[in-house]
Amino acid sequence: MLLRTKLHGKTYEFSDLRVLMGKANEEKSGDRLAGVAADSAAERIAARLVLAEIPLWLLYETPAVPYEQDEVTRVIRDAVDPEIFREIRDWTVGELREWLLADTTTAERIHRLSGGLTAEMIAAVTKLMSNLDLVYGAAKIRVTSHCQNTMGASGTLASRLQPNHPTDSPEAIRAEIYEGLAYGAGDSVIGINPADDSYTSVSRLLEMTYQVIKDWEIPTQNCVLAHVTTQMKCLKAGSPVGLVFQSIAGSQKGCESFGISVGMLDEAYELAKKHCFPSGPNFMYFETGQGSALSADAHNGWDQLTLEARNYGLAKRYHPFQVNTVVGFIGPEYLYDARQIQRAGLEDHFMGKLTGIPMGVDACYTNHARADQNSIENLAVLLTAAGCNYFMAIPMGDDSMLSYQTTSYHDTATLRQLFKLKPAAEFETWLESLGLMKNGVLTEQAGDPTFFLRR
Amino acid sequence: MDDARINEIVEEVIRQLRRAGWMEGPSPSAAVAVNQEIPAGSGGAQTRALSLRGADQAAFSLDLPDPAGAELRYRPGVNHAKDPAALKELIAATPSRIGVGRAGPRYTTFSQLLFQGDHAVTQDALYRDVDPGLLAELGLFTVQTKISEGKEEYLLRPDLGRQLNDEAKHAILEKCVPTPQIQLVVGDGLSATAIESNLRQIYPVLVEGFRTAGLSLGVPFFVKYCRVGVMNDIGDLLHPDVLILLIGERPGLGRAESMSAYMAFQPKQGDNDADRDVVCNIFEGGGTNPLEAGAFIVQFAQKMRQYQASGVKLKLAAG
Repeated sequence: MLLRTKLHGKTYEFSDLRVLMGKANEEKSGDRLAGVAADSAAERIAARLVLAEIPLWLLYETPAVPYEQDEVTRVIRDAVDPEIFREIRDWTVGELREWLLADTTTAERIHRLSGGLTAEMIAAVTKLMSNLDLVYGAAKIRVTSHCQNTMGASGTLASRLQPNHPTDSPEAIRAEIYEGLAYGAGDSVIGINPADDSYTSVSRLLEMTYQVIKDWEIPTQNCVLAHVTTQMKCLKAGSPVGLVFQSIAGSQKGCESFGISVGMLDEAYELAKKHCFPSGPNFMYFETGQGSALSADAHNGWDQLTLEARNYGLAKRYHPFQVNTVVGFIGPEYLYDARQIQRAGLEDHFMGKLTGIPMGVDACYTNHARADQNSIENLAVLLTAAGCNYFMAIPMGDDSMLSYQTTSYHDTATLRQLFKLKPAAEFETWLESLGLMKNGVLTEQAGDPTFFLRR
Repeated sequence: MDDARINEIVEEVIRQLRRAGWMEGPSPSAAVAVNQEIPAGSGGAQTRALSLRGADQAAFSLDLPDPAGAELRYRPGVNHAKDPAALKELIAATPSRIGVGRAGPRYTTFSQLLFQGDHAVTQDALYRDVDPGLLAELGLFTVQTKISEGKEEYLLRPDLGRQLNDEAKHAILEKCVPTPQIQLVVGDGLSATAIESNLRQIYPVLVEGFRTAGLSLGVPFFVKYCRVGVMNDIGDLLHPDVLILLIGERPGLGRAESMSAYMAFQPKQGDNDADRDVVCNIFEGGGTNPLEAGAFIVQFAQKMRQYQASGVKLKLAAG
């Protein structure tokens, strides 16, 4: 294989597709850590010049981990529609980019094309997109899903109410839920990251959140983001589960480091369809994030963007209600600063949508990254313009359990009012009936958690 | 001084007052008397009467209380709450920032600035070194990992933070006793503040505890630019039965004082988190108290020796 170009009189050569894909990325500390980053700014662009001419069939035939070795590869490859793939196999990555951006390319045509793409193709075209390309391209694609309500419809923006607490205190969590509801948060899910992963504790939180949903007849679903095996136990025991959650990784080895396999997720999905209380048909919730495979030494020498694209291919198998990247959570050794977190957030959101899954983003950062609240507010504005389905909503964005910062109850409300967006339709009707929202704007009564103390 | 300049000064004073939450109203007016309640959620502490007629810069004075203290931090920010008494109870139920109120859909000025203040102290903790005076006081000598270019490299290269440099290996072999029953090591990790806040309390508990238990204690030392994985290198050099690493955790918002104790039985190259145990959230006032944590660690180390295992293996062995 010869992969070579000239740029400004200098020759650049790349030994194989793996090396080319790594060097074509925007600068990321994680790619540097993995030893796959470009050595210079010019080499980065040289890699992109070559990548733009790579035909899609070559990417199809070069998954990040070989088909025989990796069940994530098998899930993605086996789901490719051979007829659609035949139509596009000779397109170059550069042509795919221009096709996606063309004014004649509608959302419907992109949806159909998704069926012929593998994760490596999606990652490749993403590397050729500028930030505004990623916003514009993603904004074309709407992916809706339904559980107790409809998420992802045009003109809407939802949020996951994330009422975490360091010791899972039900009183504390309930107080945070009331505050969130009072700001119109929670249409995607009331979803708790538990400190205690035990069945007893998880089932107790499921019962408590379900009770709030029932008492107030809230058109939403609950979720306790324990390990999937704990949630399966809850489902079997009859706990009221809205969504079944799991963190996933882009390779079999990465999934193993999370203690999961395709077989286990298949089983969880069957249980969810059978036992979850909402009407569905979408019951699954996945979280992802660039760098997770690398941190488990499960990246097989590939770049973190490509591994991330493979997450979405795996998620698609389960017709999820929602998927979000937790983009800044992993830390500065993978995404160093605000600029890298913003870029990765836009990439992940675009890749998820191009894969055909309902995509949200946890626009966030840890305290050891070179980022602050301003930088994720910026990212949230960009992602809202890109048609992101939902954000996290946490009291002032400060998660007292996971010790990181993300978007807040106030942020979702602000973004809705700024972009003239509404909550999920059923949820909006509910908020209006309570008098907390009118025409998409919070009312005088909104923002007071004691509003929910009267029942 | 011309009229334009005087007007400028007056307007600036009014802007400052409005920023401090002591004044409302859309446009500055040069001669008004303000006597108003401070809005809920602002940083001011009492009602003030201010005459702006002839206000001059020399007489202007601001002396604000600490917004990070419990009194202001947990003060309800919601105007016209349905149930003000219950609002206080909800706020008291959680460390999360609820009951904060709003300015349109945005934060109140007070809650936003408090958040920024909390973030600022975590940033300062992260980029600071542990006080050498404290290390000298406890008699810890200092070695370093393969990080040589400072905090930025430390954050970017966790792999290098898990390996001792050559000088460190020599110093440890020279100064320490091999095969101790207990080896104590302190590392900066992601928060110098965590070590400074807890080490003085926990250290004597550990030393006395192990002495009482009749266990031999190796020569303790401090590792700069330390990651947890460095325990494997130390295990290979000194072969302790139980290695205990006290290390600063990643700072939470406004809380940089949280420390962890990682423990491993006969650590060696190739070990990972599954081979270790950890006592986390060690800090006074809300976390595991350092004195209690010390006592627990002494007990737990004995359990490791009894079962000759740590981590998942210990869980399986001890049932």
